[in-house]
Amino acid sequence: MSDLGLATSTVAPSFVITSERTGRVWELVIGLEVHCELATATKLFCACPNRFGDEPNTNVCPVCLGLPGSLPVLNERAVELAMRIGRALHCKVRPSVFARKNYFYPDMPKDYQISQYDQPTNVDGYLELPSGARVGIVRAHIEEDTGKNTHAGQGGRIHGADYSLVDYNRAGVPLVEIVSAPDLHSPDDAKAYVSELRAILVAIGASDAKMEEGSLRVDANVSVRPAGSDELGTRCEIKNLNSIRSLGRAIEYEARRQVEVIESGERVRQETRHWDEEAGRTRSGRSKEEAEDYRYFQEPDLVPLEPSAGWISAIDENLPLLPAERRARLAERAGVEPTHSSVAIAVERGLDALAIGAIDAGGDASRVLTHVEHNLAVGGAEDLDPALLAELVTMELEGKLTATQAKTVLAAMVDSGRHPAEIARERGFEAMDTGELEALVDEIIGANPTEWDDFVNGDEKRRGKLSGFFTGQIMKATKGKADGKAVNAILNKRRAQALGQ
Amino acid sequence: MPQRISRDEVAHVARLAKLRLTDDELDTFTEQLAAILDHAQDIEALAIDDVEPTAHPFPLRNVFRPDLVGPTLDREEVLLQAPAVEDGRFRVPPILGEEP
Repeated sequence: MSDLGLATSTVAPSFVITSERTGRVWELVIGLEVHCELATATKLFCACPNRFGDEPNTNVCPVCLGLPGSLPVLNERAVELAMRIGRALHCKVRPSVFARKNYFYPDMPKDYQISQYDQPTNVDGYLELPSGARVGIVRAHIEEDTGKNTHAGQGGRIHGADYSLVDYNRAGVPLVEIVSAPDLHSPDDAKAYVSELRAILVAIGASDAKMEEGSLRVDANVSVRPAGSDELGTRCEIKNLNSIRSLGRAIEYEARRQVEVIESGERVRQETRHWDEEAGRTRSGRSKEEAEDYRYFQEPDLVPLEPSAGWISAIDENLPLLPAERRARLAERAGVEPTHSSVAIAVERGLDALAIGAIDAGGDASRVLTHVEHNLAVGGAEDLDPALLAELVTMELEGKLTATQAKTVLAAMVDSGRHPAEIARERGFEAMDTGELEALVDEIIGANPTEWDDFVNGDEKRRGKLSGFFTGQIMKATKGKADGKAVNAILNKRRAQALGQ
Repeated sequence: MPQRISRDEVAHVARLAKLRLTDDELDTFTEQLAAILDHAQDIEALAIDDVEPTAHPFPLRNVFRPDLVGPTLDREEVLLQAPAVEDGRFRVPPILGEEP
């Protein structure tokens, strides 16, 4: 896999919390654990369908119900997808063994979950954010998902539930848990990390990565420390984060809570906390110390997993271009920095190939990126013919279309796939020639002497406002055919003349 | 010789296993578990520096099944085994703030 020479850096703490009470400045340390369900046809250790949304307890068999005498057999496709995730995150793939994680909870009928513990499949990688910063990946291991509990009574919350109902359709679904290093320092970094990870998982076909359906689940380990310190504070693990937005909100809330606790002279307790989206706060769950006593031991019913070098290199060869590489490729062709916001947006929308095609066909790179960023957030945009986009951009640059007209034509191109010149002609979009436009501007100036005087002599703010007024009048008179930039240029020229410059 | 396992550790393990032990039982099991750990100590005494760690008694690696859907159980039959059922699901006692 090539790195395309992208910049290397760790995420610098730029987000801090300044205490209102003491004026002390605190920084955040965040590590994320992301569980993603793999896009296999069947479960990890049995042949039950891996399918979301089926009637409860219909995708079950003796293995995933933990019936006596049943034995697990590893799904080869799940291993393949787990390795794809590892390699896409620049991890080493190593020999591994499965382990039993023992706990009593009705979501696992066996009373243990099969996971990987001290010998995970993927270790020591990194993920590169659109900003160019790298976040370490400690491990990405394979495990089985648990069943789904629904807590009855008390509004469906765990606390104070009367009883629970269990559906084992999800029990045994293959998961990869991706554990980041504590390299993140702000809610925005954490959100960018999850967005990027999700884009990678989808790009490599490993998972559909839908947070709303639970096929991507994020737990955040959050602690605070005095700004500039190297020490790690006591962390809390936040669960129940159902969207990227709630991830950001929960981290910020939790960090402020911890600052409050420490500054009031108490100590942060290491624990799991649940995010309550409605209340906008985290609530204490169980205490972590005791619950973590999982008494792991090697799973005797499974043999070790040792992917061959040949298998690993076949996976590398079949990986598609990853988002970071696609950003680098587009940035290079467009002659902008890979961290340019429109580059990230183009890749996120899957429109980078279109943009590159249009640039290669002679389209002005900056206009192409502008359209991709602002005017192509619609379905079907990826099917646009790059040559036609290039042509539209050229018509615009030659003054044949105003920016507003180009936007309208582009929308029609996405809908119909037709030629921009044809659409422009049909709609009567012909830019006015400069002489005609100047005459019209003079006419409007003459009709509004007070506003014009204000525009000529007013301060910058006033001028900006009145420039909007005049442009609006001219657009009205030309039914939007005038080029806004050209109008502005004429207005400024006339003002300079009026001031005798 | 120091005690292999303390009474407190036995009580902790019992708690994790959701076992309620009497004081007498705690004493008995502390003694018995210590004896088992003593036996482990005998094994530790063997010279095994040149023996590779063994993950599994069989010399097998990479046993897989293909990702093909097979038969599932009939839901009614499955739920008949459960002490309590509601809405096609297993009904279990309340879970007291204890989630993995």
